[in-house]
Order: sequence, then C-alpha cells, then structure tokens
Amino acid sequence: MTARTLISVPAGAKRGEVVEIKTLISHPMETGFRVGTNGTPIPRDIITRFTCRFNGEEVFSAELSPAIAANPFISFFVTASESGTFGFEWTGDNGFSVSETAAITVE
Amino acid sequence: MFLVRAAGLAGAAATATLLPAAGRATPAMMQEAIRRIVGEAALQRGRVTLDVPALVENGNTVPVTVSVDSAMTGNDRVVALHIVNEKNPQPQVISARLGPRIGRARLSTRIKLADSQQIVAIAEMQDGSFWSESADVVVTLAACVEDLVR
Repeated sequence: MTARTLISVPAGAKRGEVVEIKTLISHPMETGFRVGTNGTPIPRDIITRFTCRFNGEEVFSAELSPAIAANPFISFFVTASESGTFGFEWTGDNGFSVSETAAITVE
Repeated sequence: MFLVRAAGLAGAAATATLLPAAGRATPAMMQEAIRRIVGEAALQRGRVTLDVPALVENGNTVPVTVSVDSAMTGNDRVVALHIVNEKNPQPQVISARLGPRIGRARLSTRIKLADSQQIVAIAEMQDGSFWSESADVVVTLAACVEDLVR
C-alpha cells in the first residue's frame, strides 16, 4: 500500500512546550454517494481511522467519515515531555493501512 | 449497498432514482447523532470555538478548526471532540479522542459539505460535561453527492 504522506513534527522542542503536529495523506476519500458516468454507484473508499502514538502510547485518534475532504489533513497539539518517536497510522476501506514515524528531541 | 447504509434502511432494496432523497441527512438525524454522542448528559453552549468560513465556494474542501477553552490539566481536560452536520448524506464528520499528552484542545481538518447548512462541534470534558458551538455555512458548490445533483 503506497500513499504519500506529509508529516510536520518539530525536530526539537523545550521540555513542556506544546508543539503542533500536522499530518496529510494522499487518499481520494471516495464517499460512496456518487454515481459514475455509466450510472453505477462508485463504491466507498475512505480512511476510517487515524491514530497517533508516542513511544507506543496512544496520543490522539480520530474516526473519519466520508465527509472528510480528499487527502485528509489533521492537525493537533501535543505537550513535548520527553524525546521519542511519534507513530502515525491510517487505516481504511479495502485494507488500506499506512504507517509513518517521526522523531522529536526534547531538551 | 452504500445507499442502504446512508438511509439507515438495512436490507431495503433502493433504486438509483431514490438516491437524492434517501441519501441526505436531515436536521433530525443530526440531533439523533448528537444524542448518540452526548447520551443522557446535558449539552451546554459555550467554551467551544468553531472556526469555519461563513461562505464557501467549493464544498469539497472546507477548512475547519475546533478549539476549546480548557487548561488541559486535571479535570479541566477535553477528552473528545466531535463535528456533526445537518445535510451531508451522513451526520457524522469526525470524532477525535484526545489523550493525556494533548497540550491544547484544538483540532484542524478539512471537510466536505454537500449543501449550505449548520455544523456543530461538541467537546466532551473529563468531568463528563459536554459543550457545543454551531456555525452556519453557505456553500455555492456542493460536495459528496455532486454527480447526483446534476
């Protein structure tokens, strides 16, 4: 499964600083409510779940619906308390599953 | 099958001509969705800020930011954020769970809107209270069902 992802995590942060994490993934987010040119319905193909973990512990998760725009963008704020690795996971219809990681150094 | 799911008519055989009418959520369905999120608790207005453009040219991608007036410490924490809408095929938009490492109760994403409508953001707090804010959006080019409308 290949999908382009764009993840913005600051490389370094001060202890206790609140940092913004931005994520974007290429995905059509086909709603399943549209009809193709020949009149047949276009089947749903969306990302249903996004999870962000820090050193394995869940930080943020979201249930996505067809109402999320194509190429889902999600941003949220995390308190940087220690150095470690963020793991990002997108799962969805048709067995879609993509994982990425990003490291942060906290001083 | 997507049709059947949208209209909540499990097992019913719906034809393509039924699509536009059956495929839309209604304000009543949104209230139902809110009730499912909130349960028996009271939904209070305030504390939540819903930042969305009042006039949208393209409903396929509408930037939305939800933020909550919360210190994010102790009992004053937001544990979940939800966005629901009135007139898309389904009332749910996004439900996010915020863990203890989340430092600011603020979520940004981009959504689709099928029609001019009201959207509602709901914040669930650690103490079990629910807060909400709504915003009216005018959409000139609809998303989600565009092939059906024309």
